[in-house]
Amino acid sequence: MRARVVIATFPHASDLLNAVRRARREMLRVYDVYAPFPVHGLDEAMGIRRTRLPRVTLIAGLTGLCFALGFQYYANVLDWPINVGGKPDNTTLAFIPISFELTVLFGGLATVAAFLLRTRLYPSKQPWLPAAGVTDDTFAIVIRRPSGDEIHQRALALLTECGAAAVTESEADL
Amino acid sequence: MDNLPEGVLETRWITGSPTLKQVTDDISRPMEGKPGKLWYVLFGIAVLGLLDLLAMATWLVANGIGVWGLNNSVGWAFDITNFVFWIGIGHAGTLISAILLLFRQKWRTSINRSAEAMTIFAVMCAGLFPLLHMGRPWDAFFIFPYVPNQHGPLWVNFRSPLVWDVFAISTYFTISLVFWYLGLIPDLATLRDRATTRIKKAVFGALSLGWNGSHRTWSRYEIVSLILAGLATPLVLSVHSIVSMDFATSLLPGWHTTIFPPYFVAGAIYSGFGMVLTLLILTRSSMNLQRYITIKHLDSMAKVLLLTGSIVGFAYATEFFSAWYGGNIYERYHFVNRATGPYAFGFWLMMLCNVLAPQLFWSKKIRRHVGALFVISILVNIGMWFERFVIIVVSLHRAFLPASWGMFYPTVVDIGILVGSFGLFFTLFLLFIRFAPMIAIWEVKGVVTEQAHGTHVAVDTHVIPGSEAPTEASTEARTDAQAGDRP
Repeated sequence: MRARVVIATFPHASDLLNAVRRARREMLRVYDVYAPFPVHGLDEAMGIRRTRLPRVTLIAGLTGLCFALGFQYYANVLDWPINVGGKPDNTTLAFIPISFELTVLFGGLATVAAFLLRTRLYPSKQPWLPAAGVTDDTFAIVIRRPSGDEIHQRALALLTECGAAAVTESEADL
Repeated sequence: MDNLPEGVLETRWITGSPTLKQVTDDISRPMEGKPGKLWYVLFGIAVLGLLDLLAMATWLVANGIGVWGLNNSVGWAFDITNFVFWIGIGHAGTLISAILLLFRQKWRTSINRSAEAMTIFAVMCAGLFPLLHMGRPWDAFFIFPYVPNQHGPLWVNFRSPLVWDVFAISTYFTISLVFWYLGLIPDLATLRDRATTRIKKAVFGALSLGWNGSHRTWSRYEIVSLILAGLATPLVLSVHSIVSMDFATSLLPGWHTTIFPPYFVAGAIYSGFGMVLTLLILTRSSMNLQRYITIKHLDSMAKVLLLTGSIVGFAYATEFFSAWYGGNIYERYHFVNRATGPYAFGFWLMMLCNVLAPQLFWSKKIRRHVGALFVISILVNIGMWFERFVIIVVSLHRAFLPASWGMFYPTVVDIGILVGSFGLFFTLFLLFIRFAPMIAIWEVKGVVTEQAHGTHVAVDTHVIPGSEAPTEASTEARTDAQAGDRP
């Protein structure tokens, strides 16, 4: 969706945090915040819901576990049973190490894959940077440009008041 | 406990208060300028080692493993010793990046990236040895169950620890690699945005996956890191436990003990930290990063060495005690032979390096003396190599039947491949510190920002040194401090 946005940049993380809180209190729509490192407290300030990615880990991990146990059972009991030292064909205890490893492998890979899909990161993607230096030392807040003239002016004033180094307007796909 | 002002300083992990821009500049500098003379010298030596590995491995594959000193009695020798040695080295990286992340140890941020890289390179070196030991490395895929199965419906033996090893190590390698790359993405984006040449822009642009520092991404990113850390923690413990089962599930005196899994894991962490210490002492001075890898970091690592070294010493003592108390004559003979037999030098070297040397770290002076740390870290590496040699060769050379006793003498190819594996390891590591950020830029920025707030808070409210999470502070400071508690 192409949208008109107001971008404010900040030199300090604490000012950014303050700006996000105040903007949300003023009912401005904060699309996103850009920072060179994860600023703590932003999740709450932006009202981000907790991610559901751990569910992916659980499901994929369980899949790996079932696959490993199932496959070892199939190979040792159904497909080609071998008598090793008189042990039963279905020696579940001996199957545990491999089952554990595959649980971790499936869980880990699926979580990362889900993360990349969800955040739409892929090789050679052209990044959209709201301002120069957001991966270096600049913090930026991207707000939907308010339609009313009065509220627009108030938003600009608020951002400057919070310590914004620069406030610009732009269009972006968000 | 230290008095307060010093205590406050004790909570700082980065010297001074660099700005965010400075952090980026300092850590990117080694990649952008020309490396110092020391780097070229080390790289030259490492490449010679790598060439030696290529030559020796080619010779080995062309002639068969008879060119090694292995024989019927001692069927596992340098190859498996080197394998266990390198896998052990590979444990420190995941320990630092995963377990210390879960324990909220802030000092990991300056060292985790290089330790993770070290893990990956060490596991690559380790994987080489079983591959070469097969004699026909082109048939290596036989160790994986694969479809369609060309041996008819016959599968690999899922009850064998050797097969568990295949799964454990390939999983460990994959997860470590993914974890490392995930950590690199934000830094690659930083490098992409400051790249000046076309090639760098293209390479970093492709690898950074379009990262733009969006907090919605950061928020998920942190959860994913935690999940991976949670998965990698039991994984790292499982890998060396399974390696130890290669030995423990046999009946051979010296191998057939239940103490092996925890003993191997402690030894692995011990040797891994030894190697991390060696590498960091070399790189911090050759890359001018003393500000980020401080004496305090080295001190903390020395403490981990002291702890794990003591566990290893305790395990040695336990083994001797059970050999004596257990009343099994073969077991008892084995341990007497360990200390007095033809390979006694290896045993005493191992005792010296693994039991006595780390005890020097009780002294704070030694823990903070770079030269002493460097020497002891090398001793740790030597000691842990000999520990594996003692476990493997000494156990095999005097098994139950005196008729099958024998000796192992390394050949030029044995030694050449051992030296060559160090060549491979150091070549990869030196390339890594030259072309990738060897310190996690974004993590250090988080620590620097928190440090700026944390110090204030600690002075204001008389927080006990070392503990985070101030009880009372301004809203901003409290939010920053909550960083430590947030899931």
